[in-house]
Amino acid sequence: MKGVDTVSGQVVILGIETSCDETSAAVVADGRTTLSNIISSQVPVHQKFGGVVPEIASRKHVELVNSVIQEALNEAKVTFRDLSAVAVTYGPGLVGALLVGVSSAKAAAYSLDLPLIGVNHIESHIYANFLAKPDLELPVICLVVSGGHTDLVYIENHGNFRLLGQTRDDAAGEAFDKIARAIGLGYPGGPLIDRLAMEGDPEIVDFPRAYLESGSFDFSFSGLKSFALNYLNRVSMTGGEVNKADFAAGFQKAVVDVLVDKTLAAASEYKVRDILLAGGVAANSRLRKEILCRAGGMGLRVTYPDPVFCTDNAAMVACAGYYKYRRGEFAPLTLNAVPGLKLGADKY
Amino acid sequence: MFILGVDTATSVAGAAVIEEDRLISERFVNNLKTHSENIIPMIKQVMDDAGIKPDHLHAIAVTGGPGSFTGLRIGMSVAKTMGQVLNIPVIAISTLRMLAWNVYGVNGIICPVLDARRNQVYTAVYRSAPGDFEELLNPAALEIDRLVSGLMQFDEGVTFVGDGIPVFGPFLKERLGEKAHFGTLINSRPRAAAAAELGLAKLKAGRLPDPMFLQPVYLRKSEAELTWEKKHGS
Ligand SMILES: [Zn+2]
Repeated sequence: MKGVDTVSGQVVILGIETSCDETSAAVVADGRTTLSNIISSQVPVHQKFGGVVPEIASRKHVELVNSVIQEALNEAKVTFRDLSAVAVTYGPGLVGALLVGVSSAKAAAYSLDLPLIGVNHIESHIYANFLAKPDLELPVICLVVSGGHTDLVYIENHGNFRLLGQTRDDAAGEAFDKIARAIGLGYPGGPLIDRLAMEGDPEIVDFPRAYLESGSFDFSFSGLKSFALNYLNRVSMTGGEVNKADFAAGFQKAVVDVLVDKTLAAASEYKVRDILLAGGVAANSRLRKEILCRAGGMGLRVTYPDPVFCTDNAAMVACAGYYKYRRGEFAPLTLNAVPGLKLGADKY
Repeated sequence: MFILGVDTATSVAGAAVIEEDRLISERFVNNLKTHSENIIPMIKQVMDDAGIKPDHLHAIAVTGGPGSFTGLRIGMSVAKTMGQVLNIPVIAISTLRMLAWNVYGVNGIICPVLDARRNQVYTAVYRSAPGDFEELLNPAALEIDRLVSGLMQFDEGVTFVGDGIPVFGPFLKERLGEKAHFGTLINSRPRAAAAAELGLAKLKAGRLPDPMFLQPVYLRKSEAELTWEKKHGS
């Protein structure tokens, strides 16, 4: 197999990501230098349906994946022959969507006789932090928050992920989407609520916070969501009007408070000095501000990726792939999409 | 000139290598494993059997649809990416035409039927012509009743091929009687070699579309779009 020792000494990895509604390809050198990161977002395509339609997402991926790959190579000024490996998200995600990326990556790896690396989508979100700060030292606690996930993860060393807690119902981003829809903001809800909340007072509506059993690192947002929907109902039935900005600010604060409390508790319990944020909701301004402020007071450092690396993107896949490349964790050409892939539980 | 054929459009996965006038190697499985796991190792096998490396290929032919949405995308993603990496043409061949090719030259008309669920078939109607087919009905998703009334207008035998036979065969036999003939086990499923052979013909004829944005022909919109159109009008 070619590529394990490149002439230049650099490990150049092509990453491919199609787990949900972004078609993305990237070229990353040595796990730290992003030579290109092309993201073709399908958000406008799904907007009229109020959420991602898996069949439409899959169709879009197959239409776009090759041009996105080409653009990534062109922008990085490399050719297929310069690559050391191909890394691809193989789960978790929408199975039909994942299959497009997985099939393309396998075809490329086979045609080029290069190592194939299967990457867990959640792990890649975590690794987006290593693009920001390659000298980051482990162990760390990472909070992964997105439309599909709310996971609290302890990472002792590379490739060793321990899931401390996760959501028992809605993901944090999902709760944002539902509440945004309920107050007529549209989709995707997270950034819209974030923006609106800046003009609101979070103390006007007293939203509940679910901490679950003491010591638990799990999350639950369904109670908060029901409270919010009931509140809107009650107000509209009594002919009142909700101040949307105050409502959004209060809701957002309720979500963020629980996320931050549990993350800091995990950091204390596992005696780490570094906290990472990952996933789409990691771009939330209130979350960033709150955790920076409170972690600072405890002598903890917080790292989060640039907003573009918080959304689904292939640079983070190539970065996560790099660490697997160094460990020689290559996938066979039978690699399949695993829609329910668990953290730290590779299926190959 | 080596052509690789790739097919994952139905429950079958297939790969084949042809060289001009010779089918060198072919694999066909209908083993209920996922196409995603099967197809690249199968391609590797037929390439190894043919004694060639990916660099030796001149073109890739792939089933262009209709068929299983996911299956079509697996084959299409594989073919498009191999074509891109190797910088060679990718040629999409209709699943229905491939099926008809299996019985090319029979008397009467040929009617491939793929089970499209909801009492529909993906179908087309062909008549053998020198070296090719005359297309009497364009590929479409049709109610089985509508297909039958269409076929009644032809005063000749009809040979059915495709995975719709186990589902609709008895009904077709009942309605068309003596006129209905059915493909056998070996010729009523798509064959990757047929994609390769028809692909070679298209390649020689030239005028191929840019493979970069090639997409499967689904012949049906997604459920979400159909529901949306019902609610809002299309
Ligand atoms: Zn994600």
